[in-house]
Amino acid sequence: MDTVTIGIVVFPGSNCDHDTEFAAASFSKVTTRMLWHKEHDLQGSDIVILPGGFSYGDYLRAGSIAKFSPIMQEVVAFARKGYPVLGICNGFQVLLECGLLEGALSRNRDKKFICRHMYVKVVNNRTMFSVLYDENEVLNLPVAHGEGNYYAPRETIELLEENNQIVFRYCDAGGNITEEANLNGSVSAIAGISNKEKNVLGLMPHPERASEALLGSNDGARMFKGLVEQVLG
Amino acid sequence: MAYKAKIRITLRPSILDVQGKAVQHALENLGYSTVDAARIGKYIEVTINEDNNIEAERISEEICQKLLANPVMENYAIELEKVNRQN
Repeated sequence: MDTVTIGIVVFPGSNCDHDTEFAAASFSKVTTRMLWHKEHDLQGSDIVILPGGFSYGDYLRAGSIAKFSPIMQEVVAFARKGYPVLGICNGFQVLLECGLLEGALSRNRDKKFICRHMYVKVVNNRTMFSVLYDENEVLNLPVAHGEGNYYAPRETIELLEENNQIVFRYCDAGGNITEEANLNGSVSAIAGISNKEKNVLGLMPHPERASEALLGSNDGARMFKGLVEQVLG
Repeated sequence: MAYKAKIRITLRPSILDVQGKAVQHALENLGYSTVDAARIGKYIEVTINEDNNIEAERISEEICQKLLANPVMENYAIELEKVNRQN
């Protein structure tokens, strides 16, 4: 492939769509397309990204209404065909609600909205999204969420572990996975998971907000770079 | 005839309810030392223009599964009440 088209879905209430576009468009050979939630066409996207924000005002439950939008029917079909789909923060919540990923996100353990940089460990670097990271590398990524407390029943967690679907975990600066470092209280300190086929990834941290050193970290840039390189082949 | 579905959605007992915890602490601070637990859920009323209660029940169940509740972390209970049709 000579060029890559990245589609960024825009729901009413998305607020990281332009940051995501900025991060994704910083690589050569990349074209971005903003995909409005009422559309039925992914406009030739090779990669689809669901950005952060508060789709439909987080009414009912974060991500619950977005899953029935026209564009999401296309995104689900696209993902089921094996194409890459990345969900960031609210995008992760949408992926869980529409069943592309397993589990749910509930309110943070300490009730607070957490808006800060956190350390995240790369548990699996054999996915399209994490291929440019070293295994067990510690990333500095910002988070901004009130409902990022990942939950799934124990059988699901066991399956996620068995299939290496846990891609990112919260950790401290030294890479230790501790209760204190797991600020939102997620089961198994889960910060990001993939589907079994590894073409769909959802994570709470914001890689697009860590795409340049000027932003405090550029650890997020390699996620987009790796993804683009994989698609270019 | 129509049916009003009164739907109560609660977090599963295994899920930590941080809102409920905050309310419980506030009640403790107010001096209600015997209030042991508080859990917060949602209450949704839906009017269904169906004459048949089996059909109303089926729709209520289906909308809970599809949208109103997230079965991974929430339970729901449905109560149907006969009402006069709205239109």
